[in-house]
Amino acid sequence: MFEYAPAPESRDIVDIKPSYGLFINGEWVEPLGEGRDKTVNPASEEVLAEVAVAGEADVDRAVQAARKAFTVWSAMPGSERAKYIFRIARIIQERARELAVLESLDNGKPIRESRDVDLPLVAAHFFYYAGWADKLSYAGFGPSPQPLGVAGQVIPWNFPLLMLAWKVAPALACGNTVVLKPAETTPLTALAFAEICRQADLPPGVVNIVTGAGSTGAAVVAHPDVDKVAFTGSTEVGRLIARSVAGSRKKVTLELGGKAANIVFEDAALDQAVEGIVNGIFFNQGHVCCAGSRLLVQESVAEELLDALKRRLSTLRLGDPLDKNTDIGAINSAAQLAKIRELSDAGEAEGAERWSPACPIPDKGFWFPPTVFTGVAQSHRIAREEIFGPVLSVLTFRTPAEAVEKANNTPYGLSAGVWTEKGSLMLWMASRLRAGVVWSNTFNKFDPTSPFGGYKESGYGREGGRHGLEAYLAV
Amino acid sequence: MSERLAVRKTYKLFIGGAFPRSESGRSYVVNSSKGEFLANASKASRKDAREAVAAARKAFPGWSAATAYNRGQILYRVAEMLEGRRSQFVAELVDADGVGVRKAGELVDAAVDRLVWYAGWSDKIGAIRGSANPVAGPYFNLSSTEPTGVVAVVAPEAGPLLGLVSVIAPVIVTGNTCVVVASERAPLPSITLAEVLATSDLPGGVVNILTGSAAEIAPWLAGHMDVNAIDLTGADAELAVTCEEAAAENLKRVLRPPSAKVDWLADPGTERMTAFLETKTVWHPIGT
Amino acid sequence: MVSLESFGLVGDAGAVSTTTAPLAEVAASNSTLRAFLHGLPGVDRVGADARAAMLSTRSIKTTAKKQAIDLAIRMVDLTTLEGADTPGKVKAMCAKAVHPDPTDSSVPSVAAVCVYPDLVATAVQALGGSGVKVASVATAFPSGRSSLDVKVADTALAVAAGASEIDMVIDRGAFLAGDYLTVFEQIAAVKAACGSAHLKVILETGELSTYDNVRRASWLAMIAGADFIKTSTGKVSPAATLPVTLVMLEAVRDFLRTAGRKVGVKPAGGIRTTKDAIKYLVLVNETAGPDWLDPDWFRLGASSLLNDLLMQRQKMATGRYAGPDYFTLD
Repeated sequence: MFEYAPAPESRDIVDIKPSYGLFINGEWVEPLGEGRDKTVNPASEEVLAEVAVAGEADVDRAVQAARKAFTVWSAMPGSERAKYIFRIARIIQERARELAVLESLDNGKPIRESRDVDLPLVAAHFFYYAGWADKLSYAGFGPSPQPLGVAGQVIPWNFPLLMLAWKVAPALACGNTVVLKPAETTPLTALAFAEICRQADLPPGVVNIVTGAGSTGAAVVAHPDVDKVAFTGSTEVGRLIARSVAGSRKKVTLELGGKAANIVFEDAALDQAVEGIVNGIFFNQGHVCCAGSRLLVQESVAEELLDALKRRLSTLRLGDPLDKNTDIGAINSAAQLAKIRELSDAGEAEGAERWSPACPIPDKGFWFPPTVFTGVAQSHRIAREEIFGPVLSVLTFRTPAEAVEKANNTPYGLSAGVWTEKGSLMLWMASRLRAGVVWSNTFNKFDPTSPFGGYKESGYGREGGRHGLEAYLAV
Repeated sequence: MSERLAVRKTYKLFIGGAFPRSESGRSYVVNSSKGEFLANASKASRKDAREAVAAARKAFPGWSAATAYNRGQILYRVAEMLEGRRSQFVAELVDADGVGVRKAGELVDAAVDRLVWYAGWSDKIGAIRGSANPVAGPYFNLSSTEPTGVVAVVAPEAGPLLGLVSVIAPVIVTGNTCVVVASERAPLPSITLAEVLATSDLPGGVVNILTGSAAEIAPWLAGHMDVNAIDLTGADAELAVTCEEAAAENLKRVLRPPSAKVDWLADPGTERMTAFLETKTVWHPIGT
Repeated sequence: MVSLESFGLVGDAGAVSTTTAPLAEVAASNSTLRAFLHGLPGVDRVGADARAAMLSTRSIKTTAKKQAIDLAIRMVDLTTLEGADTPGKVKAMCAKAVHPDPTDSSVPSVAAVCVYPDLVATAVQALGGSGVKVASVATAFPSGRSSLDVKVADTALAVAAGASEIDMVIDRGAFLAGDYLTVFEQIAAVKAACGSAHLKVILETGELSTYDNVRRASWLAMIAGADFIKTSTGKVSPAATLPVTLVMLEAVRDFLRTAGRKVGVKPAGGIRTTKDAIKYLVLVNETAGPDWLDPDWFRLGASSLLNDLLMQRQKMATGRYAGPDYFTLD
């Protein structure tokens, strides 16, 4: 037996302050109210830092700072804005290791992912949009596209710094200024980003970071001087936002939930399909809006595939997120863990068969083992509701038409996966799946050049690529 | 010898390619701009709206899967049919809008030209809105446009023909199907347009036209969970807020009413098409 | 995919002790072989590459690294396959194979030495009763471009000289031409000529080019009786790669499950550093499983690798980085 010895990434390379204020107009300021929140390491339940809770008045200060900075920032030549954003990209690369550790500490995701996926994509995103800043007139939105003004951005806890990058980079490139609210359970990398803005000498007020929970986010969205609202999170909150901006001139983009089908045909490259299923639902503990949470497998290969999948799952390594060999980290919060448990219990109660590999669970922290439900029917809650955890629901189909029908039978439409070695079938499926991203013979791939976003209740607007500019331009 | 008595047209709704009366049995008086009686138009109910949505949904798979070439040809055919009925529309516009014959002729011509313009977009919008994305890895990565689905359209009160054509054509040319609430004040050209659509090889259900009260019907469409998007061009401020709030329930794409009065004769741009297009990105590995 | 059942290949692992009876049907004709091999699931290159790359990020430290280094040493087939090979060169290499580090008796011997047939006798004599095996390449190595008679004679020569392992090459030309039956028959004939010697079948994956071909060739070799499947001769670039080895490890894993016989894997060529070797061990551990982590089931065909393993081993023992002057060059 080949036991891998612990290989922990050093925690000492990050310097977490005991307490953080708000980042407004280029300065750290204390919140006007008394509100304070704590952010914890979900793998140990250790308190990492105390964080300010911004109230309406704090949000107002941030929006005012952004409004003032907008005059400067939007008037600056695009080529100059570009250089600031390139600078930010470079600083992120320079500090990538530190930021990766910080992300894993605050979020619970394995260091392998924060190091090899999140951080490289964060830097790439800033690099990509930096290059657009002085080329907007070539982007297909008219000869002189104008920024919108102040962008209010509310981001989730599953990819804290990456979602920040997805929001901030295009906003700045287009000449907008930003008030960003990170998730209350994962504020630390956004606060580190505030320091990066200072290191880059970004003009004060161009990026403002206000921490807090739902009410802070609501204040950002509702602020009358916010011209643009960008939100990534649950469909439930997305609905509230869509309702609250009714009648305003605020431009809105929403990237919401999903219940993606990952469809495996009998002629699929089996070993890669298994990897794709694993990557689809167990990447980032399944805390992924586009996760392949419904496995639709052609009945003729279902048994063979499930055997292979279970064998593969038995090799997954759950534990310390900072260990470089960890595949599955901690669930981000107690609340999320409770939700995953509740839906999994419902799956069992509704008659689906539950399976997890033998997998020791640490004593402290929030953990959930990789879980597979077989014998799932379309009507089961675990086949319809977003679990946002490492839980896979397996359904079978007989024909391509049935696969499409089942895949599309959801109010969501964010992503889908197709596994077949037959090109024409792949394209046929891709054209019929009502989803914004179709990964065929791969899954959970992201790139700054590639537009991402949903159909139906998975939201509207695209992030990434030339398409991503549209959200931040008056077009 | 007495003058011949004209045979009047019964103005009904246009749903699923057929011309039913409102299931409610209601109608309302439509007067000319001078206040003279023109006709009793059907006053659509929420149930008519529901039927229209069902018809639009049923038509969506076929229409969205039709080739862009085919959709373009059909829109061009609509233009041909409209041109053929030029004098009828001129007369209706003179009655409805109180414009002179010459102006009415210009508006009909513009409506025909607008259809021709949009017809040509069917197989081009994808080229300007799609992209091949140079991702940093061995993947073929292509973004292409797809229609959003069933679109509810509150047509402008002003511009009973040109305005109407200008909101319908961009929605359907890309493969959406729609349920249109026609101008409440001047609904008659919309039903005559429906006759044009019905004789233009346009599959039944692609365009459904309801006459009646927008304030009554539009909120039902905005709240309908099988409608994917709503164009509020013809909604007043109050109705627009009500509809946008209702539309949030299933995250409909919302095209808000224009902030300034629209000049329907101006270059429409692509916004009315892109508002009801989704972008789908497909990834595939590149390898031997 | 073609059902394995239709070829009589399905059986509980371990329940089928001989492979000849059920496999005979698969190899009844070129068309049955073709149907079977082309019915295997495809391999997506990008996905396989990504999996191998991910596994190579595993961080093997401290006790695990120590364990891995010794295991890797025990898996080495210390190889010399040069035109300039002489008895002197082979004898020196044999001495090193038995005692890789003369100053440290805790260093294990390697698994085998690998030489050309004409030097087998020299190696057998040099190794004596050390337990280090003698492997010989055969069958018109490295191109395999000769008649079956010559290949069989080449094999018989090496076996007669005392080789306990034969590393044969497949006829890549026949394979690429779709003449699977010829490849099958040649392997079967060489296997017969091996007698009790173990047969390693070299696929020369660098010439097969695609991973689909690697998977098919792996199954073809196993069906024909290979005891080991080996990536490369070392004479063609690319030689062993992680993803190719991944595909072969999947093949032996699945073959055990379906045919009930366990087959070993040997990547060869291009494995030069301890880091490389450990990546292969991780690949074995997480693909075929820990049952393959044994010199009986996994070998590393290499020459310069051994010294790097020794240097790393010394670094772990002393805490100082080692220098090449302190290790023999044989």
